[in-house]
Amino acid sequence: MTAPLQLVLGWHDWLTLFSHFLLLSLMSVGGAISTTSEMHRFLVEQHHWLTQAQFNDSIAIAQAAPGPNVLFVALMGWNVGMNAGSVAAAVLGVGVTMFGILLPSTVLTYAASQWGHRNRHLRAVRAFKQGMAPLVVALLMATAWILASAGGSDASHWRLWLLSLVSGLIIWRTRLHLLWILGAGALIGALQLL
Amino acid sequence: MNPTLPAPLAARHRPASLRALFIAFTWLALQGFGGVLAVVQRELVERKEWLTQEEFVEDWAVAQVLPGPNVVNLALMFGGRMFGLAGALTALAGLLAVPLVVVVLLAVLHAHFAASPAVEGALRGMGAVSAGLIGALGLKLAGALATNPVPLAWSIAIGIAGFVLIALLQVPLLYVMLVLGGLGCVLAWRGLAA
Repeated sequence: MTAPLQLVLGWHDWLTLFSHFLLLSLMSVGGAISTTSEMHRFLVEQHHWLTQAQFNDSIAIAQAAPGPNVLFVALMGWNVGMNAGSVAAAVLGVGVTMFGILLPSTVLTYAASQWGHRNRHLRAVRAFKQGMAPLVVALLMATAWILASAGGSDASHWRLWLLSLVSGLIIWRTRLHLLWILGAGALIGALQLL
Repeated sequence: MNPTLPAPLAARHRPASLRALFIAFTWLALQGFGGVLAVVQRELVERKEWLTQEEFVEDWAVAQVLPGPNVVNLALMFGGRMFGLAGALTALAGLLAVPLVVVVLLAVLHAHFAASPAVEGALRGMGAVSAGLIGALGLKLAGALATNPVPLAWSIAIGIAGFVLIALLQVPLLYVMLVLGGLGCVLAWRGLAA
């Protein structure tokens, strides 16, 4: 266990945090999660604004919670603020990191997609959007694979793999509401059957 | 001359108001454990029919290529197409506002519950289900490849190569997108001319 951090953050520090996340936003092709190694270098190693445990927990909790995975960024901001000693600072931290990570990419995406929509009949636009489809499918299957192996990839975790497989087949072939399947998974896990 | 979308590409329904858009994105975000993408497809394509399967694949390809969280980009693009800038911001707010509060509450409670084996097991179970969920989404979207301008044999080859490179060999996404995505776009460009 590392000792809890006691930070004194001035306006200059908040500005540094904000501008760094602005930059990360522009690099976050494939999602904010693809910039986590850079966040780690910046927050944990360079500035010591987060402990290693806080960094890991921020990602794990956001993964487990409902909502977009990008919310792990909000938790990092929250923890930086809590390390600075107050809930008010934590709220500020959430605002700084979330606006930072979202502002540039949002402006860019909105402008690009409006342009693409206006020009959606151009052969190049159609070729781009439809030509990416096979890779989109591949990316999804790869993500499923990576998520399934996160629980452990050796044979002793066959129950987790089986649960992934069965729930995948049910979702593929039926229109059963997702919350039932998630609830069943949570129940099976809570009963220590996995 | 004001060409409209070909009939199979236009979804049948659309959100009635900004309020409906906000509620829809809040509701789908709150179902998204471990990622929202698959829920977006379930809710917007299969349940509400605001998007067709083909439109979803195309939007997601664009969302993936632009910087920023994919689901956030998708929300911006969809909201923007429905109601302009107000729609984009409404969809974004729906996606983030309530889940942000939930995730911060969870982080605050985390210390009290992390030690419980039941909670830990439930999280593992939900994680396994979300892996299956993404896999099922991949299988569903694979069906849309049959009508894609990329020849089906090429689609399958790109799909398998993408999966191997990303999931098994862990090649950085950027290179895979440039090479395999680029190949898909060239093939789609040629297919659209025929």
